[in-house]
Amino acid sequence: MKQTRLAFPDPILSSLLVLLLAGGLVVLYSAGGWVLVERQLIRIILGLTGFFVITQIRPERFEQFTPYLFVITLLMLVAVLLVGVTVKGAQRWLDVGISIQPSELGKITLPMMVAWLFRHSPIPPRWPSLLAAMTVIALVAGLIYQQPDLGTAILIAVSGLFVIYLAGLSWRLIIGMSGLALLSLPLLWYFLHDYQKHRVLTFLNPESDPLNRGWNIIQSKIAIGSGGFSGKGWTEGTQTQLDFLPEHSTDFILSVLSEEFGFLGVLLLFTLYFCIIMRCLYIAYNAKNTYNRLLCGALSLIFFVYVVINAGMISGLLPVVGVPLPLVSYGGTSILTLLLSFGIITAVHKHKKLIQQ
Amino acid sequence: MGTPLKQPHLERRIFQQRLWVAVMVVVVIFAALIGRYFYLQVIKHSYYAEQAEKNRIKTNRIKASRGLIYDRNGILLADNVTTYRLLLTPEKAGNIEQQLTELRKLIPLTADELSEINLQLQYNPIFKPLIIKDKLSDQQVAAFAVRQHQFPGFSTQPYLIRQYLYPVVMSHVIGYVGKITEQEYLLEDKVRYAADDYVGKTGIESYYEQQLHGHPGILSTVINAKGKILSEEINQPPKNGKPLTLTIDLALQQATYEAFDENTGSAIAVDPNTGEILAMVSKPGFNSNLFINGISHADYQQLTTSPEKPLFNRSIKGGYEPGSTIKPYMALAGLFYQLIDEDYTYFSRGFFQLPGQARKYHDWKRGGHGQVDIVNSLAESVNVFYYDLANRLGIDRIHDFLQPFGFGQLTGIDVSGEKQGILPSRGWKRAFRNMIWFPGETVIAGIGQGYFVITPIQMAQALAIFSAKGEINPLHLVQKPVKTEHLPMEISAKDWQIAHDGMIAVVNAANGTGRSIRSDDYLIAGKSGTSQVYGKSEEDIYKKSEDLPKELRNHALFIAFAPAEQPQIAVVVVAEHGSSGSKAAAPIARKIIDAHLKKPQENPSL
Repeated sequence: MKQTRLAFPDPILSSLLVLLLAGGLVVLYSAGGWVLVERQLIRIILGLTGFFVITQIRPERFEQFTPYLFVITLLMLVAVLLVGVTVKGAQRWLDVGISIQPSELGKITLPMMVAWLFRHSPIPPRWPSLLAAMTVIALVAGLIYQQPDLGTAILIAVSGLFVIYLAGLSWRLIIGMSGLALLSLPLLWYFLHDYQKHRVLTFLNPESDPLNRGWNIIQSKIAIGSGGFSGKGWTEGTQTQLDFLPEHSTDFILSVLSEEFGFLGVLLLFTLYFCIIMRCLYIAYNAKNTYNRLLCGALSLIFFVYVVINAGMISGLLPVVGVPLPLVSYGGTSILTLLLSFGIITAVHKHKKLIQQ
Repeated sequence: MGTPLKQPHLERRIFQQRLWVAVMVVVVIFAALIGRYFYLQVIKHSYYAEQAEKNRIKTNRIKASRGLIYDRNGILLADNVTTYRLLLTPEKAGNIEQQLTELRKLIPLTADELSEINLQLQYNPIFKPLIIKDKLSDQQVAAFAVRQHQFPGFSTQPYLIRQYLYPVVMSHVIGYVGKITEQEYLLEDKVRYAADDYVGKTGIESYYEQQLHGHPGILSTVINAKGKILSEEINQPPKNGKPLTLTIDLALQQATYEAFDENTGSAIAVDPNTGEILAMVSKPGFNSNLFINGISHADYQQLTTSPEKPLFNRSIKGGYEPGSTIKPYMALAGLFYQLIDEDYTYFSRGFFQLPGQARKYHDWKRGGHGQVDIVNSLAESVNVFYYDLANRLGIDRIHDFLQPFGFGQLTGIDVSGEKQGILPSRGWKRAFRNMIWFPGETVIAGIGQGYFVITPIQMAQALAIFSAKGEINPLHLVQKPVKTEHLPMEISAKDWQIAHDGMIAVVNAANGTGRSIRSDDYLIAGKSGTSQVYGKSEEDIYKKSEDLPKELRNHALFIAFAPAEQPQIAVVVVAEHGSSGSKAAAPIARKIIDAHLKKPQENPSL
């Protein structure tokens, strides 16, 4: 029994992830050279180790530890506001020997907490658990918003809302709340920082400011469009190599891929993402208890949201919000968090299998 | 496990329903994303591909070097020399303000220049070099080179600039170049001209701008977004401007300029056989090199306020009465219309009167010249002879006869800015004065007075035709084939010879007004004249261009050609305020003729 449990985690999901990570490194080499690939590789190995370790954990343990993990997250989020490291005008980092970003932790622990709140509640959920879930979501999102990091705050809130949606919140309430959210959009504008307002305005009309704020998105579209059907070839993308494309190893790495590997490359990447998401949703579909179902479903859907926001943003469909392309963009914390959440999903899958056995 | 209300199967079913909805949403959104990328990468590919190319390839022009200008003997007159300008690339500089303060100790910058730099700094992209100062002196370049390490971001750049080797004597012929103005740039071909190009502003430089300017080459530079050059390739080499060889003989030009001494005025020497202008001087000239990089305010002030008007090109813009220099043409007209012949004489009693009018038109000599024939009428410049002749000719025939010589018309000389002048006629007076022509005006037209406004270049063209006995060789400054034509009227060789004999007598007869410049080496034909200064004040058409002096002394004129039998040179001299043509202008003409005709004889003895 112990032997089987240490065996290779879900081969389908694992191989899809490894394929995506490897492909990401190939693109990253073109965007940032060997130095970045080396550093990214270290993070990937670290992340995959975490992924593998988490996979071995029995899912009941997640459920069991959820409240503690959530409290730790809350404490760290408060700490970041008090003693955090300020980078580019925002306090997002906590320096405890290594720099960590508590909001990244929240990306996992918040859906865990909301799933935990609904683990015993009836379908559709009753008001007490709904109110508790909303409070928890508002607390975490509010703390992250204070850093300030509106983008992450919204995304984390959405991951919590996904749990509520999957828990069976009645459609009437969903539609009502969506309507309310739409109506409060103008109010949101009031709370936006200047740079955020500029981002939205630039999104609405990038040509209005082609040399400054609109530059990124214009150059990104040129990179994507000039890639054509089959691309300019690996490391042959002029937009990337000549530095016209901004932040090409991080947020705009999909532009690099689009330029150098063309529409075919984009199609392949989207297919990979689609397969990963479908596999995760399949695992969630077959999960044995409410907590696992809700957590796996929410984590899969929020992963999907990251992909859509990044791919939409660099192609001019969505405003620039600074969301990296999951598992491909250069940058440590996000890869680590994502691989850990995939570890949770894989653990759920393994657990189901073990029960079946 | 769970509360009593929990229904695991229903719960699971609802969850799976929710997942199916989510899957559908995922599929739709992925389809939309793929559609978006298909749109950008396949449908709009060519548009974005073009944008990407534009990004990385910058085409720069390689300036063509301006055509050089030579004199007829191949002596270089206008050159292009390498000079240096100081550039600042803001991106590479640290504290610009502090560096500029230090820099001013080496290279002085005026407050105006400094504020212009500060203005430019606000709009100039930080990677684009900004011109701080043009045309550095050699000392400034050297001083900067030694301390360049103290000025990161600053650099010197070589460029070609026009230089005139004989700036003052050639100033009015060659003219000068200057930076293209906004208005000029708007009118020019944008492929050939850049906003920082030089263009000819006056003279040959302006007239032959199209030939001299050349065609810029194209340099393709592959750069990155930071302006760093990755590779360069010349796609099209520049076509340099065509060199021009002038008809001017520099030595003669210098001799002509010097012949004026302190006088101001104009002198033109032409080869009547070809129409080539050997020398063309407007005195005083000016240092045309001052204009190339934008003349300083003080220099410009001095040039424009000087009473001698050094910027005014008298040769093509100065309007003068021809005075008595018109008499040879009048004599020829009389011969042509058979009003006079070689045996004809007229008795000069000192004045002329129109029948029934009291007004007396005087001779310059009190008591008159007595009985004079054509030759003597020219030798002594007998006014009454020409009052009478003009009266008999009538203004219409005078106008029609003089017109083919080019009086009162643009000669088409190849420098910019020529003025038309006036050849009076009934039609002209009616059109411009709305008045009828009076007989008295015909009388004074006989001695080149009244409404005449003639430029020296017109006098030179007419004299060239006259000395070549009716052969018209259009005057020009740049060597080129010209079409020889002839006067429309058939003037007999005999009549030509009589008119020429009259001009020969002016210089060579004992009673000639120009006998002081008689030469033993060759036969000079000439005619003096006086251009009245006060008479012009009532002119309003040419008031602006007219060089009205404060002094009222008349301008001295002299026209001459030599050798009279086979003319090689024809000369027109206007010595402003010289009073008497024979005294002030004739010696200048003689020096010019000598400088030209004696040169070949001197050469063998060297």
